[in-house]
Amino acid sequence: MAERRIQLPLSAEDLAGLRAGESVLLNGPLLTGRDAAHKRLFAAVQAGNELPVELKGETIYYVGPCPTMPGRIIGSAGPTTSSRMDSYTPALLKLGLKGMVGKGQRSQDVIDAMVKYQAVYWAALGGAGALIANSIVKAEVLAYPDLGPEAIYRLEVRDLPVIVAIDSLGNDLYQMGRKEYARLSSGVGGPVF
Amino acid sequence: MREIAAERITNVVADLCRESNINLGEDISRSLEKALAREESPVGRECLRGIIDNAKLARAEGLPVCQDTGMAVVFVEYGQEVIIKGGDFLEAINEGVRRGYCEGYLRKSVVNDPLQRVNSGDNCPAVVQVEIVSGATFRITVAPKGFGSENQSRLGMLTPAQGREGVRQFIVETVSLAGANPCPPLVVGVGVGGTMEMAALLAKKALLRELGTENPDPFWAEFEAELLEEINDLGIGPQGLGGRNTALAVHINPYPTHIAGLPVAVNISCHVTRHKSAEL
Repeated sequence: MAERRIQLPLSAEDLAGLRAGESVLLNGPLLTGRDAAHKRLFAAVQAGNELPVELKGETIYYVGPCPTMPGRIIGSAGPTTSSRMDSYTPALLKLGLKGMVGKGQRSQDVIDAMVKYQAVYWAALGGAGALIANSIVKAEVLAYPDLGPEAIYRLEVRDLPVIVAIDSLGNDLYQMGRKEYARLSSGVGGPVF
Repeated sequence: MREIAAERITNVVADLCRESNINLGEDISRSLEKALAREESPVGRECLRGIIDNAKLARAEGLPVCQDTGMAVVFVEYGQEVIIKGGDFLEAINEGVRRGYCEGYLRKSVVNDPLQRVNSGDNCPAVVQVEIVSGATFRITVAPKGFGSENQSRLGMLTPAQGREGVRQFIVETVSLAGANPCPPLVVGVGVGGTMEMAALLAKKALLRELGTENPDPFWAEFEAELLEEINDLGIGPQGLGGRNTALAVHINPYPTHIAGLPVAVNISCHVTRHKSAEL
């Protein structure tokens, strides 16, 4: 279990020091956004329109939570597959997005943009919706309420456990980890991304 | 003829939607504990501990295990001596899904058109698979399917010459290409034979088999064991961050096929492989 706490918004010092493979606990404000919200944000950037949220210095969590049960802050809220956001991500990194939380590997374009604009990508535990919901202490809809579970929320998290999957140098734990544990007995063999 | 009230079908489906999303099956829980015991990667062990804790927490607090509460796939074994009274069969099932998802605070993840993409608001319609069977039994299985893993599934129309080796390669390649995306450790459901759509249905049904049970046919049991080992040798590991446990099981359903063909479908499922059944 991680012991190092990272305060959001992410400082330049923390960002520069994070390395792929490190487990940390996130604390502070996050934005949420997944497929439909990314599509709209990207369209707004392309059209030169003002965005409904400021992305500079922010961290986006790729999540579409369950509806909130009475007496709770949020429903189950684990990460969704990040690669579906890949085509939109470099444009958001250019606007100053510093952190992303999701699950699964990213494209080389995203990794290159992360190095260029300095950002980090954390893996949250995919499928652990109940566990992660308990790390969320505040949730409110910030933009695109018509998108339901796909709306942009402002979340406040306390000790959200994540692992640095890709750091600001472009080190990628998905490739490193797989290479370390692969046994090349199979005819297909080796990492394929 | 035996009569079953449509309302009863609705109530059972609603209960199964909630229960399957909140209470992970004992078989998969046991399998995850075994995976933890043999995992070599420290990051992999950390992920597996989190996955196990999450399932326990979901059960204790009545929360969905995963926020992707899926598209509801409903299997019905419909005894030919049964008549449904007081309503339409498909509507009875969809009303059950509607109630289960809306009253159970489950996420509504269905869009009403694949290209126009407006959320239907009630997780309907379900995907309903009916099998007419003899007698007066009526058995319903609800298997909510998340799309993180569904998206990584593949279908191949192989040639007879490609044979066992071609099927082996196609299955391992599918898991390899999926990598971290489908939330490993996985359950890999495979359909071999039949026609195109039959292979896909067989693969989906293979996900319903209890984990830890062997294929009744020794030929296919051996093939499953070989594939599981090879998939775990890929090194993808829990959450794709590297490790020994990429899959918990490979389940294959074979079926007779045409002299000219060898269809193979691979339905990838995550560590939250859910299904609950009830006999009416």
